[in-house]
Amino acid sequence: MGRHFREELEQLNSDLLKMDALAEEAVAKAVAALRDRDPVAARAVIDNDSRVDELELVIDERCLDLIARYQPMASDLRFITTGMRLNGELERIADIAVDIAERVIVMARDPFVKPLVDIPRLTAVAQKMVKMAIDAFIARDSEIAKQVLFLDPEADSLRDAIHKELVEEHMMKDPATAERAVQLLLIARFLERVCDHATYIAEDVIYMIKAEVVKHHPERL
Amino acid sequence: MDNKIRMKARDVNFYYGTAQILNGINLDIFANNVTAIIGPSGCGKSTFIRLLNRMHELVPNARLEGSITLDGSDIMADAVDPVEIRRKVGMVFQKPNPFPKSIFENIAYGLEINGTRNKQFIEDKVVESLKKAALWHEVEKRLHDSALRLSGGQQQRLCIARCLAIEPEVILFDEPCASLDPISTHKVEELILELKKVYTIVIVTHNMQQAARVSDHTGFFYMGKLVEFGRTEDIFTRPREKRTEDYITGRFG
Repeated sequence: MGRHFREELEQLNSDLLKMDALAEEAVAKAVAALRDRDPVAARAVIDNDSRVDELELVIDERCLDLIARYQPMASDLRFITTGMRLNGELERIADIAVDIAERVIVMARDPFVKPLVDIPRLTAVAQKMVKMAIDAFIARDSEIAKQVLFLDPEADSLRDAIHKELVEEHMMKDPATAERAVQLLLIARFLERVCDHATYIAEDVIYMIKAEVVKHHPERL
Repeated sequence: MDNKIRMKARDVNFYYGTAQILNGINLDIFANNVTAIIGPSGCGKSTFIRLLNRMHELVPNARLEGSITLDGSDIMADAVDPVEIRRKVGMVFQKPNPFPKSIFENIAYGLEINGTRNKQFIEDKVVESLKKAALWHEVEKRLHDSALRLSGGQQQRLCIARCLAIEPEVILFDEPCASLDPISTHKVEELILELKKVYTIVIVTHNMQQAARVSDHTGFFYMGKLVEFGRTEDIFTRPREKRTEDYITGRFG
């Protein structure tokens, strides 16, 4: 299992980092489009998603190919199977960026129902969690991955706070705001889903490094 | 299937003259399981498997320390007949070695020299052994042809049948597929998976994928020591020792 195999593993690693770059960029551009109320920028996020989808297919094929041709074992096998999972998670994150971008287009240039305070906070948490999860993967550092998991409750709290405020302070007090408030509510849910996907990446990275399954078993952390 | 242990090696050191080949081996062979022994060339795996049926005694200057037991009894004890051990613990070698006799006589021979005279019994045993070795349908119409006219894969299955005829309890395979083509290899591997239902099996192999496919437990040998032993799925997905990890990921050996 010599040089050629190692080179192909390096290539897979590069492709995964490329996938991450596309996913993180999609989220960044979608939230910028939201902040700026820019439907043109939002449209660009949606149009770019096909690149992400195509790369997902290339990476999946590469992983299957490595397994079939080399029958990898131990840490190499865990790296490849984790690579397949990360591939899927990053593609879902990019899809969520599209979902956010679609809300921006729907909202067009209407004023927000309220100034955005907690949504940017939740955005910051989501972007931080994704970046940390990938940093853990790059550095092969399970301690960094664990920190991602510990950030998740903050994301849940922010989403719940946003939900509560939009429903109680706006939709119930002035039903005419419902349509615009719902868009923000959905965006909060989308951002919290990004955080969930970051935790799945972190769990998979812990497995890849330590061969310990913490997925569905937070008590094992 | 982690049930009882059929054979145990305890604190085994082995020497050819002054050269120490095996060092401090402690290993359990589980009943009705396949135990694979893997490791790079010269690690001592073939030497170790030959201890399990006292084949090492055929080599001058061979010296063993420690114990090897079968069902709790020391197989090296003075009172134990080595021939009886080799009947109970049979061996199949890397290169098929049928006798230059007919297919029928290859199997009958072992029975005859063990004192069996009843012709009907011998005939029934030959048929039964060929069936157990998944060779019957290929040879039933030519039992009196020379065994040397069989293909390599068929010869190997004949050697397995020959071993089965004298009713072993443990079967040792020393790189049984090393000289076989992929289809024959597949047939022998399938046969091993069937045989483990009745027998206890130890297989030495340099082919890691084979060890991963057929075995329940795997022991990794390196420079005469047993570096790691465990369930095959654990050894191949999450080995504990770095040397095991390096070997099975092809970083050396």
